[in-house]
Amino acid sequence: MNIVVCVKNVPDSETRIKILSDGVSIDESMIKFDTNPHDEYALEAAAQLKEKLGGEVTAICLGDDNATSTIKRCLACGADNAIHLVAQNSRMADSLVVAQALANEIKNISFDIILCGKQSSDTDSHLVGGLVAQILNIPCISMVNEISVSDKKVAASRDVEGAKEILECSLPCLLTAEKGLNKPRYPSLRDIMKAKKKEIKRKEIMLNQGGIEILSMEYPPPRNEGKIVGEGPEAVSELIKLLKEEAKVL
Amino acid sequence: MDILVFAEQREGKLKKTAYEVVSVGRSLTDESNGKLTAVIVGYNIKNISKELGKFGASNILVADDERLDKFVPSAYSRVVSSIIKNKNPDVVLFPFSSMGKDLMPSVAARLGVSAASDCTKVEISDGEIICHRPVYSGKAVAKVSFSNKPAVISLRPNTFSITEKPVSPNITEVEIELSPNDFLTIIKEIVSAESKRPDLTEADIIVAGGRGIGGSEKFSILEELADLLGAAVGASRSAVDAGWRPQKDQVGQTGKTVSPDLYIACGISGAIQHIAGISSAKYIVAINNDTEAPIFKVADYGIVGDLFEVVPAIIGELKNVP
Repeated sequence: MNIVVCVKNVPDSETRIKILSDGVSIDESMIKFDTNPHDEYALEAAAQLKEKLGGEVTAICLGDDNATSTIKRCLACGADNAIHLVAQNSRMADSLVVAQALANEIKNISFDIILCGKQSSDTDSHLVGGLVAQILNIPCISMVNEISVSDKKVAASRDVEGAKEILECSLPCLLTAEKGLNKPRYPSLRDIMKAKKKEIKRKEIMLNQGGIEILSMEYPPPRNEGKIVGEGPEAVSELIKLLKEEAKVL
Repeated sequence: MDILVFAEQREGKLKKTAYEVVSVGRSLTDESNGKLTAVIVGYNIKNISKELGKFGASNILVADDERLDKFVPSAYSRVVSSIIKNKNPDVVLFPFSSMGKDLMPSVAARLGVSAASDCTKVEISDGEIICHRPVYSGKAVAKVSFSNKPAVISLRPNTFSITEKPVSPNITEVEIELSPNDFLTIIKEIVSAESKRPDLTEADIIVAGGRGIGGSEKFSILEELADLLGAAVGASRSAVDAGWRPQKDQVGQTGKTVSPDLYIACGISGAIQHIAGISSAKYIVAINNDTEAPIFKVADYGIVGDLFEVVPAIIGELKNVP
């Protein structure tokens, strides 16, 4: 079972975002970076499948030099090989352009399953996994929270609005991971040391502009100044009155 | 500007997002003197498609086929993308629902165009379509324009208003060409949720609990309030990671982004990742015994106190008033 995991290096979830004076990009100089949370579930699923069924895990990451830390983490958490598609200023790149670059690289690899996080926490697009699958013309099951592989087939479940679905497809396929799929491991010191010996294949690539242009980046509109209605159950009557008469939501 | 919208239905019922995409499509086509086409895909759905006329869908294309009874992503994507190729609209609107999240990338790749997801505002400026989309988990908003046609866009559910504008629609059935290759993914089983409560992303009101709840059985007080209000029940990451609620109930950065009219946060401190998921709620109520909890900074109304005293008092008050 050969597995490709697509990962992205993103600003840590605690990070405060500062928009630069160009009005279209953010100040990355003070940011702490981390592996995209949903990609950690994809990576863990790949590692578990490999441990069960054998084969190799290849991590592929498109990003600038900061992404090296994420790639090293992949190598310490179950990936055997890593490919770094080095593209500067690619954080907010058009999802289609990113998917084409990933697909272009993945098609040279012999794989059974591609695993991606369902979305990255910077662009929040929820697109790249589905795009890669369609470009490679393989089936895709998105937002999976359970995977079982048998006989050249994958069954996976997911929660949609008001229901749980179980889908099935043949291999090769692409799956996107939802939180809850597993508990990502922390690498041991030994894993980290071993990972240092593994090779990271670096390839410089150029991304074209794509069909979407970011015209501006702004802070979200501030919320209205709130008020403390009161303390304890005594404040409830006033709260209900405000919700009915001022907010008109009850 | 010609606009084509994907009107989602499941089990023969139109979803709320269907009315949302039609309403947005109607207002944009009215503004630009364009033509609006709504596409609905499924089986035995001709009757429900008419309802879209109430919201201004003047042209409705129905892809009705037994093989499309259940949502099979690849088959739906094939059908929708061939309709788009045929109609050549300027803009295509999807909902950013589970179905839309599956369909949009697949359709965009088939058309070879870029797409903008989870938009909270769509406007026409100098004859061009401009979308506002939250990025960095809602910490910034990007305004984007398109250089490819069609502009493929998905709309955040529960964010755009539904406007009635009755027309008598032209309903046309489209011819469907599907091959076995379009069914590489199949639905094995659909288990409907036991709960009658609305889904978090569609709910008008959400009652949510965090670490302050203290255990799975203690969520019953929030469930009681939710049922009284016809609300959904949500949870913070710590409540989910503690095993008190299932993952699908999680609100926040690694959970769901929600946009209800009213979000009642009980025993939720308001970590930055949780706030990211509720920033498009219209009103936020916070009930917390810690005056310093960051949730009070974003709440419209706050009550400082023990939620196990305050929530029963709310239930009592709501039951007493006719």
